[in-house]
Amino acid sequence: MTSERFSGEAGLVTLTLEQAVNWARKGSLWPMSFGLACCAIEMMTAVSSRYDIDRYGAGVFRASPRQSDLMIVSGTVCRRMAPFIRKVYDQMPEPRYVISMGSCATSGNIYDSYSVVQGVDRFVPVDIYVPGCPPTPEALFDGILKLQEKIMRQRVFGSKAVTAAPQETPPGTPREIP
Amino acid sequence: MNDVRAVAERLQRQFPQDVLAVTEFRGDLSVMIRKTALLQVGRFLKEEPDLNFDYIVHVSSVDYPTEPERFEIVYEVYSIRRRQRIRFKTRVSEADGEVDSLSSVWYGANFMEREVYDMMGIRFHGHPDLRRILMPDEYEEGFPLRKDFPLQGKGWRDTFEFLEPPAAPSVPREAR
Repeated sequence: MTSERFSGEAGLVTLTLEQAVNWARKGSLWPMSFGLACCAIEMMTAVSSRYDIDRYGAGVFRASPRQSDLMIVSGTVCRRMAPFIRKVYDQMPEPRYVISMGSCATSGNIYDSYSVVQGVDRFVPVDIYVPGCPPTPEALFDGILKLQEKIMRQRVFGSKAVTAAPQETPPGTPREIP
Repeated sequence: MNDVRAVAERLQRQFPQDVLAVTEFRGDLSVMIRKTALLQVGRFLKEEPDLNFDYIVHVSSVDYPTEPERFEIVYEVYSIRRRQRIRFKTRVSEADGEVDSLSSVWYGANFMEREVYDMMGIRFHGHPDLRRILMPDEYEEGFPLRKDFPLQGKGWRDTFEFLEPPAAPSVPREAR
C-alpha cells in the first residue's frame, strides 16, 4: 500500500476502497493445482512446511476451479490437454489470474514437437511467467509476489475495472518472441 | 534351460524357414522372424511348457525409411517363472503395413499394439479394438513417429478449435 497514512495515536489507517479490495484480494489467492509435469513437484514442495506458500496467503490449494482465483499451470502443456485447461480456466470466477510456471508452460521449452503447445498463453491469458526448469519454490514465490504487486495496481471500480478489462492479445494469437 | 542360445536353437528347430536371424548381445537374445510366422512363434513361445514366456513386456516399432521393408516391430517377452527374457522382431513394408495381432496370445499386447498403430500406422490383423490411444480419435495428420513426419507436426499443436475467434476490439464503457 502506497498512500495510506498511519496515525499511531488514533489507531487508524486511511486508504482508498480500491486499495482495500486489492489488498484483500492479493492476500487471499486460492490457487488451483494444475500440475502437468515435474514443475508440479516444485509447486507441491512450495506448499510444504519447509517453504510454506501460506506465508503469502496463497496456500489454499483447491481441486475445483470454481473455488479458486489463481491457476498455476506448472509443466509441459500437451496439445491434448489444452481444451481441458481452457475449460477449467473458463470455470474460474473473476477476477482470475494465471501463473505460467516453468519454461515448458511458458514456451514449450525443448519440446518443439508435434504434440506440445508452445506456451500456455496461446489459449489462456497469462499474468506472470516464472522461468526455470523447473523453477525453485523461491522462484514461484517471486512470481506470486509479482502477481500481488500487479493486483495492487489493478482498478476495481469504473470503466477500467479488472473484470471488464479486455485481454491485450486475443487468445490464440502466437506471440512474437525476439 | 536358462541359456538364451538354447531358446534360439529351439526356435530354429521348430521354425527353420521362418527364423531369419539370431543375434545375441551381452546375453540378450533377439530373433528376427518372418512376418507370416508371427502368430505361430508367439503361441509357441508362450505355450511350450519349457519356454513359458508368459509376460509380454513391450511392443514397439522402428522406422527405417530407406529400407524396402520399412517398419520393424519389436516384441519383448519374459518368462516370470524361468526369469528369462528374449526379444523377437519382424519386418513389414509400407505398402503392406499389416501384421498379425498378438493380443490373442498375450492380452497385454492390446494397448501396446494400439500405441504402435497410433504412432507408426502399422495395422494389426485380428486386433479386437484397433483405435488410436495417445492421439485423439479425430487426429488426421498421420502417424507422428514416422521418420517422414515433420518434427514440429503439421499445425495441430497450434490450432485451438475450442477458442472463439478473436473478439472485436472492446469499446470503453462510456462509449457504449
